[in-house]
Amino acid sequence: MGQVILKSVQKKFGDLEVIPNLSLIIPKGSFTVLVGPSGCGKSTILRLIAGLEDATGGEIIIDDIDVTHLEPSKRKIAMVFQSYALYPHMTVAENIGFGLTLAKVSKKDIQKRVSEVAKILQLEKLLQRKPKQLSGGQRQRVAIGRAITRNPKVFLFDEPLSNLDASLRGQMRVELTELHAQIKATMVYVTHDQVEAMTMADQIVVLNQGVIEQVGTPMDLYDFPDSLFVARFIGSPKMNIMEGEIAEKYFCQKLGVRPEHMEISKEEGLLNGSIRHIEKLGADTLVYSEIKGYDTITARVVGNLEMKIGDTIHLRFDKKHVHRFSNGNRLNTQF
Amino acid sequence: MALPACLLVFTFLILPFFMAFGLSLTNQRLVSPNPTEFVGLDNFKKMLGVSFLIIEPEMDEAGHIKLDNEGNPIYPRVRNFTRNQEDFPQFYKKREWFQLGLQDGKVLVVLSQDVVFLKALANTMLFALVVCPVQAGLALFLALLINQPLRGINIFRTIYFAPVVISMVVVSMLWRFIYDGQNGLLNTLMQMFSFGLFEPIDWLGNTSTALPAIMAMSVWQGVGFHMVIWLSGLQTIPLSHYEVARIEGATRWQTFRYVTWPSLRNTAILVMVIITMQAFTLYPQIQVMTRGGPLDSTQSLVFQAVIRGYEKQDISGGSAISVILFLLVLSISLFQRYLTREKN
Repeated sequence: MGQVILKSVQKKFGDLEVIPNLSLIIPKGSFTVLVGPSGCGKSTILRLIAGLEDATGGEIIIDDIDVTHLEPSKRKIAMVFQSYALYPHMTVAENIGFGLTLAKVSKKDIQKRVSEVAKILQLEKLLQRKPKQLSGGQRQRVAIGRAITRNPKVFLFDEPLSNLDASLRGQMRVELTELHAQIKATMVYVTHDQVEAMTMADQIVVLNQGVIEQVGTPMDLYDFPDSLFVARFIGSPKMNIMEGEIAEKYFCQKLGVRPEHMEISKEEGLLNGSIRHIEKLGADTLVYSEIKGYDTITARVVGNLEMKIGDTIHLRFDKKHVHRFSNGNRLNTQF
Repeated sequence: MALPACLLVFTFLILPFFMAFGLSLTNQRLVSPNPTEFVGLDNFKKMLGVSFLIIEPEMDEAGHIKLDNEGNPIYPRVRNFTRNQEDFPQFYKKREWFQLGLQDGKVLVVLSQDVVFLKALANTMLFALVVCPVQAGLALFLALLINQPLRGINIFRTIYFAPVVISMVVVSMLWRFIYDGQNGLLNTLMQMFSFGLFEPIDWLGNTSTALPAIMAMSVWQGVGFHMVIWLSGLQTIPLSHYEVARIEGATRWQTFRYVTWPSLRNTAILVMVIITMQAFTLYPQIQVMTRGGPLDSTQSLVFQAVIRGYEKQDISGGSAISVILFLLVLSISLFQRYLTREKN
């Protein structure tokens, strides 16, 4: 339930072309994350699906119905906003039951549905409170509750966790993933945080300036980035991109190696330099080295590291872990 | 640093405020050879004191009600009770304010020593009662209209706001021409649109139309100001609140009822308090357009306070009116605060 298809959708704001031409299939029941840097058009796509913006061209189809020109309320979607958009003058129960109140459902039925939803989200004890008496995470849950109430086919999340602090964000990531497993509806989730994308999605759509760079599962994107943009965007710390002599050796313009595939070597090799900075994360250590002829190269080393800033360092990597790019695109040919 | 400001505030605001209270308890006149005396609450008693008199139709010997030539019952004259009648000392010096017909042909006559003041009080209350909801409602309606991202909307905002910038005195003088009984713009327009069927009305010279005419003009003059306050309230409502309503399927009316109006609570309180206070200080319109007439039908409290204080040189009387006005506005504001208090 809830397949979304975008067919050559375009969006212009005046002369500004935000989405030049975008086609995408969001499978039913999937948790699809739209990710990209700010201003890449990901929120616009979400608002186009919601019907809050009119597409300049193309078609939007939800469950075989062309909704391109339908009102938002007729599309069987629900949206959770970054600011939660809870009504401050309504209690939690009234906020959750808002859609039903508008549809003139009887008070008894509203109460029943609200308590069902409150149970799913563990809000039972907070139903009579006003939003300002709630913590950020609780407000977020109320906003999700309001979305669930009308049994929508598609849930749209617009950066819902960016107003929360780091630890709460981690917790809500888990809760949202569990909720998805529980209610099995299609969820479309917009974020600029690639960690959220990697941890929650079963399909990630990487966007850059209104154009899809790559669509795939998190591990697809991580292991086989189609473009230099995706390679740089997915993964933390970022993939090392090297040019020049070393790239020529691998018959490409730019050579990418992820930090965890960089190894510290005892002997001098291709990459030699000195340590500029060390970050000890406990489980592993990040080493930022100034390598002669290249920019800073990051290496992730398991466990602790008995080296200090300024020490000489030699790095090497296995050729089976390299990513080769020419003209910004991945080269899949053998070398 | 704050001393000069404090001094000015004290001299021109706090001191006159307490002096008004003090003077209202005396018989102070603007210029008088006699020393000022303390008279207690006499000024207030004179103004606010009312008596009730029930008169019955006159009967002939047979016990039938006497009728005049037109068949109406004949009543005893009110002056028979109020002029130097030793039987009715409570009606001494009092005049008729208004009459109310009771059952069995009896008539209740309300008497007062200061009918003009009571008329001013009643007119002011009526003015506030009509102007507050009408002006606030109209201003909200205009604010909702111009709170749209349309091209050239600023032109409309300017047009609606323009009367606010013009002094009330100037506006009143202009509207005197509009309301003119012979060649006024209003009469001319009405005649034009009714193809000459409309009989010209002397809007300001007629007891039944003078006060409504002033009300209409006052609403028009002040509506732009309150529109701007409403507009500022409307613009604090986040767009996402409307978007949720759209997604949840709210109609325009439901959006207003569940989203817009509750979010305007604090703005509404501000607008109502300001309009009430402005309405109770009704003065320049009266001074310029009617000077209280015709037949005291447009008297107002502030106008009376000024007339008494300066034209009649009765400083204590004017002060007493000011004090009554102050207490009236204060209690209404407190009542509004109570009605709009935060409920838990």
